[in-house]
Amino acid sequence: MSTDRHDISVTVNGTVYRRNVEARLLLSDFLRHDLLLAGTHVGCEHGVCGACTVIYDGVAIRSCLTFAAQTDGHDIMTVEGLGTPENLHPLQEAMRECHGLQCGYCTPGVLMTMKVFLEETPSPDEAQIREALSGNLCRCTGYQHIVEAVQLAAQRLQHPSSLQHPTQK
Amino acid sequence: MSTRQFGAPVRRNEDARLLSGQALFVDDVELPNMMYAAFLRANVAHGRINAIDVTAARAREGVIAVYTAGDLEQYWAPGPVLVPPPPIAGVVFNARTQVPMAKDKVRHVGEALAVVLAESRYIAEDALNDIDVDIEALPAVVDLEQAVMADSATVHDDVRGNIAAHVRQTRGNYAAAKAKAAHVASRRFHYDHGASSPIETRGIVARWDARAGQLTIWDTTQAPVFLRNGLAGWFGLSERQVRVIAPFVGGGFGPKIMMFYPEEVVVPWAALKHNRPVKWIEDRLEHFFATTQERGQTHDAEIALDADGRILGVKDVFLHDTGAYNPYGLTVPINSQCTLLGPYVIPNYDSTFTAVFTNKPIVTPYRGAGRQHGVFVIERLLDIAARDLNIDRAEIRRRNLIPADAFPYNNEIIYQDFAPLSYDSGNYEPILDKAIELIGYKSFFTEEQPKLRAQGRFVGLGIACYVEGTGIGPYEGAKVQIQNNGKVNVATGIGTQGQGHFTSFAQIVADQLGVAVPDVDVITGDTDQFYWGAGTFASRGAVVAGNAVNEAALAVRKKVLKIAAEHFECAEEDLEIGNGQVSVVGVPGQSVKLGTLAMKANPMRGAVKPGTEPGLESTQYFGPPSGATASGVHAMIVEVDPQTFTLQVLKYVVVHDCGTVINPLILAGQIHGGVAQGIGNAFYEQLVFDSDGQLLNASLADYLLPTSLEVPHIETAHTVTPSPLNPLGIKGAGEAGAIPVGPLFAQAIEDALGLADKKIDLLEIPLSPNRLFELITR
Repeated sequence: MSTDRHDISVTVNGTVYRRNVEARLLLSDFLRHDLLLAGTHVGCEHGVCGACTVIYDGVAIRSCLTFAAQTDGHDIMTVEGLGTPENLHPLQEAMRECHGLQCGYCTPGVLMTMKVFLEETPSPDEAQIREALSGNLCRCTGYQHIVEAVQLAAQRLQHPSSLQHPTQK
Repeated sequence: MSTRQFGAPVRRNEDARLLSGQALFVDDVELPNMMYAAFLRANVAHGRINAIDVTAARAREGVIAVYTAGDLEQYWAPGPVLVPPPPIAGVVFNARTQVPMAKDKVRHVGEALAVVLAESRYIAEDALNDIDVDIEALPAVVDLEQAVMADSATVHDDVRGNIAAHVRQTRGNYAAAKAKAAHVASRRFHYDHGASSPIETRGIVARWDARAGQLTIWDTTQAPVFLRNGLAGWFGLSERQVRVIAPFVGGGFGPKIMMFYPEEVVVPWAALKHNRPVKWIEDRLEHFFATTQERGQTHDAEIALDADGRILGVKDVFLHDTGAYNPYGLTVPINSQCTLLGPYVIPNYDSTFTAVFTNKPIVTPYRGAGRQHGVFVIERLLDIAARDLNIDRAEIRRRNLIPADAFPYNNEIIYQDFAPLSYDSGNYEPILDKAIELIGYKSFFTEEQPKLRAQGRFVGLGIACYVEGTGIGPYEGAKVQIQNNGKVNVATGIGTQGQGHFTSFAQIVADQLGVAVPDVDVITGDTDQFYWGAGTFASRGAVVAGNAVNEAALAVRKKVLKIAAEHFECAEEDLEIGNGQVSVVGVPGQSVKLGTLAMKANPMRGAVKPGTEPGLESTQYFGPPSGATASGVHAMIVEVDPQTFTLQVLKYVVVHDCGTVINPLILAGQIHGGVAQGIGNAFYEQLVFDSDGQLLNASLADYLLPTSLEVPHIETAHTVTPSPLNPLGIKGAGEAGAIPVGPLFAQAIEDALGLADKKIDLLEIPLSPNRLFELITR
């Protein structure tokens, strides 16, 4: 058994955590089971499905392909840092309005990926959204409502006071 | 309430928690003193176990215990037959069910051999490598046609020819019909189906509280009630001592309705034995072997028609791969056999199938549950007949549709729910018309396709019809209760894997009790909240549980009106319910809140009349006499690259009739998701087994789920033919999107590449760029 351990200091959703972690501990397991931030989900553990995506120094990364030890001195954002049930982020609100989630398991990864995408591409067209979303597998929605949600969120983030979703009352 | 919630695109109650990472999934359950399980799995498909040495694994630091089959002692037993065969004359059914861990023989790659319990999952997986297994490999049974040969190896030593089941169902007299036919066409079809691959794999947490005598199991199951009953029996506990909770579940699609998976027995057993909580979470590699799948059928099918293209009869003989065990009975091949008949008048039908054991993972229903296979055969036969008889593809379908005045329409064979295959209601021609209109059928063939062909582009159109048997019994129940705070609790026994039950059931209640949808708190899948129920499968949640919810809400509404009439000393007819209160019509200010009435219905002191039930609560059950048949038409325009055979869907249309609609937003989501899985099945997803029974592509990098680039924008439209079999008129919609996509792809690709001129038929699914290349260039 590996006994190689590391002291790390990592900022997650604005809180600094100091921990001693085994070298092989995955960031996904560290977030979920050590910090009890279980909103980050694990779907495949080989970097394909994207459910475990978190934001690392502003970049969307797979937490199942990252060791916790690699986050020493870095800044992580998880879905818990995006919004709360009472105060959803515009992207979360748009996902709700457009029915962009069903079982909700892939959703945290989708939100993290799309948050970074919209910061880099504030006015995307549908093709750009589909390209950016293609690293996140969703088995429930067929993606269409997610694409619509990202379009709606982009509009709202650009023009914060505007735009009801057309199918919503 | 002025606005009716039923039928409105209401936002979902459950979403705020799911979107903010606050929803509980099984792997989120954290308990003190937990042990973590990892399973050692067979690496050969077929072999005799000589020895399993766990000594070194037990000695590893951090390992608590390692067990093999023999350690389970009296708790080692094959699982039950979950679905017995329907009462069909002459049916042969050889039940062989999975075991908690393999004892003498392994029958598929991934079958559990040993379990390690350790202080962490990391250590448990380390210890798997310490276990020494001596297995003598045997010839693997892989190919269906070879499996039934007399000289084949046998998956189960006592089942000669690997015959899991043999069923013949007939209607009319096919031979006589064929003798009169103007045209007969026959082909061999192969339809393979893949792995459901929910993004959340399976998982179980079990906790035995010895002082309370309570076993609590969090499980990614679609059937918590039957699992509770079965596990109580398995471990000699009273049912009240076992609580199964299916919390938020990250997609089900069928394989999570399978029960008494090895891990579902071994994990609770270990928790009981050690009096410590145990967690097991399936990893993605395990999912490809340890979770059930759907797979191949080979059909030899023949269609007989008159000169106008009207079907006189169909004969079909098929082999069905059931994998190493058959705990789910005949559901999948029966669905294939029945759904082949589709929306068409087929007066003479002769269908025989043989289910075959193979050394591959177990086959149980996955979204569509064998319906795809049957739909593929009939839709392809119609395409071939249309070509032979020089009839338009849409027109030959129209000529054969069951007319609107023929319902209820009895197909005279037995369906998976043991009832005669009778369609309760339907109106098929308007669906076809609408699909033809939306896809632009006529202008495509007269204008667009010739133009595109002239530009050297290979663009084709497909159109396919289907029915879906939904909403089968036996029953579901629901409890509706108004709380003192005026909010409403709803509990039902079915589990939820993303279908939006927290919202659609709340909509039903909101209308009956005049409350806002967010004020209805729905609990599903917790056996301590609701004792009875069958589960979430066969597109039945909204139909069966939804109607039970409606019945219970109606009963509570009656109680509300009765107690409010006593409160106001007026007639019930003078009252109206809305905005969370009951008001006297026409008398402003005369109103009382539902919560106040709930308190009044549960007095702390004083006497009540004999027979009084406390509270504003009712539990009701609903069981339909048989399933409600939904139907639809999909149409697609696709462009194929003639060099690489990659394709792009240019337009995709679904016209669908699932009776009355509770929530169009949720319905659209079900359709989109179904189509996406259908597209995966048609062109991207294939489980590739070699001749040794090894799965060659057990990762999501090799088994290709469709991404946002492969699934097109899907245009949906609906017609509404309410089901007469339930008061709300609902039909199920969960599987509709996935069912007809295979034949749609085959037809559209043939059209795009002009394969008819080359005398090439696409008679198999899944297709892929590689497979198209092989078929077209050979």
